Amino acid sequence: MTKEERLKKRHRAEKRFRFYGLTSIFVALLFVIILVQNIFSKGSSAFKKTVISTEVFFDQELLEIQNGASQEEIMEADFYDIMIENLIKAYPAKDRDEEDELLKLFSGDAEIEIKKAFLNDNNLIGQTITLDLTASDDIDQLHKGNYPRDLPEERRRISDFQLVIYDYFVENKKISKNFNNYFFNNGDSRDPELAGIGGALVGSFYSILICLLLAFPVAVLASIYLEEFAPKNKITDFIEININNLAAVPSIVYGLLALQILLATIQLPRSTPLVAGITLALMTLPRIIIPCRASLKAVPPSIREGALAVGASKFQSVFHHVVPLALPGTLSGTIIGLAQALGETAPLILIGMVAFVVDIPSSPVDPSSSLPVQVYLWSESAERGFVEKTSATIMMLLSFLIVMNFIAVYLRQKFEKRWN
Amino acid sequence: MNIVLIFLITIFSVSLFFYGKSKTKTISIKDNIKLNALPKFYGYYLVLWCSIPALVFLLVWSLFEPVIIKSIIIETAANQGAIFSDKNEANLIYEKIKAIHLGTYFGDIDSILKESALAYAKFINLFTNSKVVLIFGIIIASVIYSLKKIKNNNKARDDVEVILKGLLFVSSLIAILTTLGIIFSLLFESIKFFSVINIFDYLFGTNWSPQRAFVRDASSITAAEFEELKDAFGFIPLIAGTSFIAFIAMLVAVPIGLFSGIYMAEYASIKVRRISKPIIEILAGIPTVVYGFFAALTVGPFFRQVGENLGLTVSSESALAAGLIMGIMIIPYVSSLSDDVINSVPQSLRDGSYAVGATKSETIKQVVIPAALPGIIGSVLLAVSRAIGETMIVVMAAGLAANLTINPLESTTTITTQIVMILVGDQEFDSPKTQSAFALGLTLFVATLILNYIAQRAVKKYREKYD
Repeated sequence: MTKEERLKKRHRAEKRFRFYGLTSIFVALLFVIILVQNIFSKGSSAFKKTVISTEVFFDQELLEIQNGASQEEIMEADFYDIMIENLIKAYPAKDRDEEDELLKLFSGDAEIEIKKAFLNDNNLIGQTITLDLTASDDIDQLHKGNYPRDLPEERRRISDFQLVIYDYFVENKKISKNFNNYFFNNGDSRDPELAGIGGALVGSFYSILICLLLAFPVAVLASIYLEEFAPKNKITDFIEININNLAAVPSIVYGLLALQILLATIQLPRSTPLVAGITLALMTLPRIIIPCRASLKAVPPSIREGALAVGASKFQSVFHHVVPLALPGTLSGTIIGLAQALGETAPLILIGMVAFVVDIPSSPVDPSSSLPVQVYLWSESAERGFVEKTSATIMMLLSFLIVMNFIAVYLRQKFEKRWN
Repeated sequence: MNIVLIFLITIFSVSLFFYGKSKTKTISIKDNIKLNALPKFYGYYLVLWCSIPALVFLLVWSLFEPVIIKSIIIETAANQGAIFSDKNEANLIYEKIKAIHLGTYFGDIDSILKESALAYAKFINLFTNSKVVLIFGIIIASVIYSLKKIKNNNKARDDVEVILKGLLFVSSLIAILTTLGIIFSLLFESIKFFSVINIFDYLFGTNWSPQRAFVRDASSITAAEFEELKDAFGFIPLIAGTSFIAFIAMLVAVPIGLFSGIYMAEYASIKVRRISKPIIEILAGIPTVVYGFFAALTVGPFFRQVGENLGLTVSSESALAAGLIMGIMIIPYVSSLSDDVINSVPQSLRDGSYAVGATKSETIKQVVIPAALPGIIGSVLLAVSRAIGETMIVVMAAGLAANLTINPLESTTTITTQIVMILVGDQEFDSPKTQSAFALGLTLFVATLILNYIAQRAVKKYREKYD
């Protein structure tokens, strides 16, 4: 091998090496794109729901209440017969079996939707109005194109006759897509078309709020102590090692801790945002302390010495001068810690947040779910409609995380002083 | 009740602040003396004395009250003739009594329950009253003490700072308390578990099937049941599955992470670096449940489809899918840390290498990486400890049955999956099955602790070398 050949070979190796590096970055970026694209393409349809516009006639005989009835009377009244009578008129069905199949195309809440229309306007007796009633999950998925209709009938959830009705609806422009208010307002449900993340949103909000209230003050005080006041001795070293180790403990271990201490020993109520918040706070604490200490450390000693020189006490120099300067870094570290806590699932599963909760929690001691746990719960469900709901929940979760991280970056770039 | 008390304590504290401030001012004007601290510090002094003892007392009381009342009530119920053979029945009776007291119990109420409910009401009343009285006593005592102090013109600022410093110290102790809590809660249940299951049967058993451990009461096991239990809790398949999936993950994460770390540290322009680094770090910020969902619903079925086309049987919960996705999640842990480590290799080493005619890649391969090796190994070990502690991806995408296999297309299970599976839903405490989850947790905790310790030592040693 001549000198020139060897040099060429070495340069080729150089190019190859560079190419490997670039490819690795590219693969990582590609994966981010695939993941986001996959979730968005599956989830974006969940923000709309399919509705069937149906004519509803409020028959005095079937309803047994008068025009101008009070709210309680309407709430107690039975709208079931009205619902049946009107829904079977949506398509000219021939016999009972066909009527049953027709009724299955509407969601389980059709009766309540009719009742709500009457609650809005209690003078509807004897009148006919057109209502957009939520369609059942099967029709919803079919209409959104998530559900193949060319399968043989026994492998489909929709019968041939129901397809005929569906085509009739489409032809007469009776079927359309509306904003899916249920997805944001409702709690969990066994029916995908009625299931929503309202309960999970509130549960996550309470959990994160409690986590913030507990973890932030303790973390800031602890980091101030360790950075500014702690004497260099064995105890301080031990605390430091401890915090570093805690930050790396798998999150599921915190779930076991909460199960044993908070639920079994102190007997706090299971499945509640209170317990979730405390668990997440314990988990987030070391993760906040580490950036807090870093930002305190970044404040140059001249600031402290300047304050001490004009007669401030150690406390005054720290709390009046060092802490305000370290605050942007502290806050952005806290927000990033909270963002991690918001996406945390495993410890919440162990403290029982996987319970099926329909009601939206009204306080932190009510049983509830949370956004990531809702993702886990729905991803285990078999119905096709839940895939779309799960992806949409992930979209909500990711957008919260993006907003939080954005605020953290903004705070740091806008307010943090660079000392050079 | 507690909220009312906290509210009252807050109001007292706030009003005492203003009282203390104005009081010391008037004293200084009237007696014409120089105060030892700014007036507001006398206010702070009063606030701290008024609130901290009372709040600490309230906290301790609230922690112990339910436990004490419960033991008293169960005892009175037993004295009145209620029969319960074990702790669970006692708990049930206690819950019934509580429900009767709250008026939410609709079952049959016999005389024993009724009497106990009355006793419960009596004790609740007694405890609440004594709590209020004691708290007010504490507030009055501490306020009188502190008022006396500030009237003598004490050095209020110094005293306030001592108290606050104590508060800071206590906050930093919470981390230690958490560690202690973790260790005790894991050890406590694990010891119970190992009193039934021999620790060697656990560590070296090759069969994991905890669903067989239906025995409720550990003390009344027959010899046959004991034999059965003995080989229901073998740890080997779990550690094999966990390491196998972690190994696949590292096969993905180490090359990609290392190469992107090297590229970003050595080749990339500042602009490329500024864009690509945060985007790669997004991968670490995505919640793991999202990866789990993606692995279970997209990647798993995709591999299965590909396998079918190739004529292979691929489980839809294959170790490959879980490992691959976990590897992608771990990329930023490897890339960011190795990027940092490579950046801190001194420039003089590189310059020396260039001076003897080496190309950039030769310099990286033969000078920079050997110099940065301890740090890189440390970052890989940290990534491994992430991988074995990761829960949601494997819960959703890996299998539940404990197979001893090295075929990546079959399904395996992991330690974390088993913990979740055992503890989801209704648990009976005091069953070896539930306790085994804590034993697994302890094993996981110790394993990650050792890995982290070694990794941190390696990174620290390396940093010291070049600082």
